[in-house]
Amino acid sequence: MSAGDVGAAITRAHRDEWARVVAALARRFGDLDVAEEAAAEAFATAVERWPADGVPPNPGAWLTTTANRKAIDRIRRESKRDGKHREALVLSDNDPPEPLGVIEDERLRLIFTCCHPALAMESRMALTLRLVGGLTMPEIARAFLVPESTMGQRITRAKAKIKATRIPYRVPSAEDLPARVAGVLAVLFLVFNEGYLATGPGTDPVRHDLTTEAIRLTRLIRALLPADGEVAGLLALMLLTEARRGTRVSASGELVTLAEQDRGAWDAALVAEGHRLVRERLAAGVAPGRYQILAAINAVHTSARDVRDTDWSQVVALYDLLVRLDRSPIVALNRAIAVAELDGPEVALAAVDRLSGELAGYHAYHATRADLLRRLGRGGQSRAAYDAAIELAGNSAEIAYLTRRRDQLV
Amino acid sequence: MQYLLTVIDDGTGPDTPTEEAAIDVFNERLRAEGHWVFAGGLGAPDSATVVDNRRDEAVFTDGPFVESKEYLAGFWIIEAADLDVALKLATDGSKACNRKVEVRPFL
Repeated sequence: MSAGDVGAAITRAHRDEWARVVAALARRFGDLDVAEEAAAEAFATAVERWPADGVPPNPGAWLTTTANRKAIDRIRRESKRDGKHREALVLSDNDPPEPLGVIEDERLRLIFTCCHPALAMESRMALTLRLVGGLTMPEIARAFLVPESTMGQRITRAKAKIKATRIPYRVPSAEDLPARVAGVLAVLFLVFNEGYLATGPGTDPVRHDLTTEAIRLTRLIRALLPADGEVAGLLALMLLTEARRGTRVSASGELVTLAEQDRGAWDAALVAEGHRLVRERLAAGVAPGRYQILAAINAVHTSARDVRDTDWSQVVALYDLLVRLDRSPIVALNRAIAVAELDGPEVALAAVDRLSGELAGYHAYHATRADLLRRLGRGGQSRAAYDAAIELAGNSAEIAYLTRRRDQLV
Repeated sequence: MQYLLTVIDDGTGPDTPTEEAAIDVFNERLRAEGHWVFAGGLGAPDSATVVDNRRDEAVFTDGPFVESKEYLAGFWIIEAADLDVALKLATDGSKACNRKVEVRPFL
């Protein structure tokens, strides 16, 4: 076996087995620190040994056994040093697992613990990427644009809180499950957006990796909770968004709107997989949640070969459903953008103007108004709205786009 | 494991009879389910006296040690298997007393 093959085997084992190894150790030793460190040591040992000894026939079992040994070594060292035995298990699991209708997987416990609502959202994202995703601390720090020491403290603090407050290491009860799954999905969607919104030629490639990682983790949750419609919906939403990533920013670093994107360059395989998931949810005949509706909206867009073929009445109907679940002004703004295509810019502008109180500080509100005013031939007002949008926008690709549109006004 | 549930008043003022009745029901449930350790309501912050005897002579100061719009109005000490159980009880406690509740573990 060549060095390249061994390297590939280690990468594959890391991708496929990391979370399983950490989860199994966390369960056995009741300590996330021990689990994380022993798993990292086991992979380091693999890097050292596999090139000489060959890749073991069952890499996952080899890694788990090695990590177990490392954890026991560490616990022995510590109990010798401290002259006392380790405290009783800190990660508790008092109840028998609830029947979930799926194969009980240790990784689910790990995910629910990392995404516990008592932890700050930024800690949940960092812990999930480290303990479930297996990203290194420097990778996570770079992806969130914070110093490594800050990210290290964030993760250490979160693990300390899990221990001190006794956040349980288990799959939530059936009664709490929907809310807790929603919490996990919110974490993954934020991770995805963190990577997606950073899209741009000058952006650190690690940030693009966040979208890939978010998709991979959502696939994992889907494999573990196959009956959950919102899990399928979020995965479809991510896939249909990711499919367009390459066409979203021009060579010169300017944002390309959905209407102007080169549809032939969308990733056809991702679009097809996203459409399959949306169809599967439609066939299920269960009232869709937020992510399923957003996925369906994206499916309508990605079904049109040309922007002029877009079924806007379908898009507006889906937004009407979404508005019932989510009263946020941002949903209302996006609905208005679709309304402009169906009923014209004047109707849409009236709807957008009603949001002025809540969205005055949001760049997309001003950008939407600017575009609608432009289409209504109200150049002066449009220019002022573009100015406000540029002032508030943080993303360089978006600023470049808005500036060009403003300067094209006559 | 024991947790301290502190009741935070942010301008709600004294308990209403409805709140007191709801708190009684909640306390009964804590006892019935074996979570009860201790609980109490506290006088208003302006009834506080701060004592500092770290030097030669004890100094008494009238009023709370921090002036704040939010103050500790009362507390429960509960026994719970883990944080999920404690958070669930705090959720019901917050509803009963109509105030925010902070959950902290004892060491």
